[in-house]
Amino acid sequence: MISSFGPDNALFLLYTAITTIVLSLGATLFGGALGLAVALSRISQRRALRAAATAYIATVQGVPVLVVLFLVYFGISRVGLDFPPLVAATLALSVFTSGYLGDIWRGAIESVPRQQWEASASLALTRTQQYRYVILPQAIRISLPPTVGFLVQLVKNTSIVSIVGVIELVRGGQITSSATFQPLLVFSVVAAIYFCICFPLSLLSRKMEAIYE
Amino acid sequence: MNEIVKVERLVKSFHGAPVLRGIDLSMTQGEALAIIGRSGSGKSTFLRCLNGLEFVDSGEIHIAGHALDRKPAKLRELRKDVGIVFQSYNLFPHLTVLQNVALAPRITKGVPKNEILELAREMLDKVGLLGRIDALPDQLSGGQQQRVAIARALAMQPKVMLFDEVTSALDPELTGEVLAIIKKLAADGMTMLLVTHEMEFARDVASRTVYLHEGRVHEDGPSRDLFSAPKTPELRSFLAGGRRSEAPVL
Repeated sequence: MISSFGPDNALFLLYTAITTIVLSLGATLFGGALGLAVALSRISQRRALRAAATAYIATVQGVPVLVVLFLVYFGISRVGLDFPPLVAATLALSVFTSGYLGDIWRGAIESVPRQQWEASASLALTRTQQYRYVILPQAIRISLPPTVGFLVQLVKNTSIVSIVGVIELVRGGQITSSATFQPLLVFSVVAAIYFCICFPLSLLSRKMEAIYE
Repeated sequence: MNEIVKVERLVKSFHGAPVLRGIDLSMTQGEALAIIGRSGSGKSTFLRCLNGLEFVDSGEIHIAGHALDRKPAKLRELRKDVGIVFQSYNLFPHLTVLQNVALAPRITKGVPKNEILELAREMLDKVGLLGRIDALPDQLSGGQQQRVAIARALAMQPKVMLFDEVTSALDPELTGEVLAIIKKLAADGMTMLLVTHEMEFARDVASRTVYLHEGRVHEDGPSRDLFSAPKTPELRSFLAGGRRSEAPVL
């Protein structure tokens, strides 16, 4: 039955926006953890680790996020695992996230001056202690603005998982649009919801950039 | 006499270009030794070899009871006993003055926290900065930052201190406060090597001076004699040129 856009439709869209947020948070969390491992591998003293991390970053960044999604999604079922679409989608977005955050963080760590390594080494710190107490605290400050900037991209990119059947905000918009035949109105609301999530993040990123410069 | 530094046949090159061409040097405990020489004579490189910041091509280094060894664990043991202060201070910018000084003894020696804080305060008192313990490094003048760097090195309670051109980055009016602290340390019997281009300071603080020339010890003797009666034409011309013969410090 076709009825015009009302409060129920708006609530439904907000409900699907929760899935968008969950996807974003999940990918930030898992992709962030994986990204840190990628960043540290990328600047490791072991050549094999460095090469692996370099290849990983190049691959993830060199392939459309949609293809990363398909590869992870169908890869998972190929190895005999049966995850719900939401979990598979979160995994795919985590891979995407780790490829970018790993690179951003690698750059941040490398931009801590060499003298900080020398000074901390001269005080008998182990490499782990150097990272923990001296290098990473400085690298995190440097990396915060670009990290938040990337998270804005991530929130918007979660929309692609609608293709594998996850009902997030864009998919919710499609469903609502075909129920109401008011696509322009529906997607204006969808756009407004994305904007409400992303704009504060963008502001935060710009503010942090101003602070740290 | 107690030999605390012994360097034998030290050779080091960078990308095939020899910098140190066989250095022999020994020091007794409590000695303050100045190392002078032109830019590129290898004096800073030599100092950085002594705590393993640069690895040598060949030769032996014994310092503060350790034989220099590249293995990280061995190197850390050596570095607990050999402090270094750099030209550009290299304080940790995200930590307060007190945290800068307390960090390494706390995490590398496992001394209880209250003892560490007391030790850190004591060291900051020594350099006259007890009033600035909660400041961040970039809130301090260059001279104050360098004094914190000295306190940070001293908090490890080293047996030997290395000073690498520690006043070169300072405005002239700020060098005095740093030099006074080093002079006091020397008077208190700290064994130290000072790479410097402040000739007056070398003569004033160091009982002995070594002149490095083309990667070798060219002259070595009591500072008084070395400065007043240089034996070699190279040192004579270096001293006559004074600081003007140095490349500008950037």
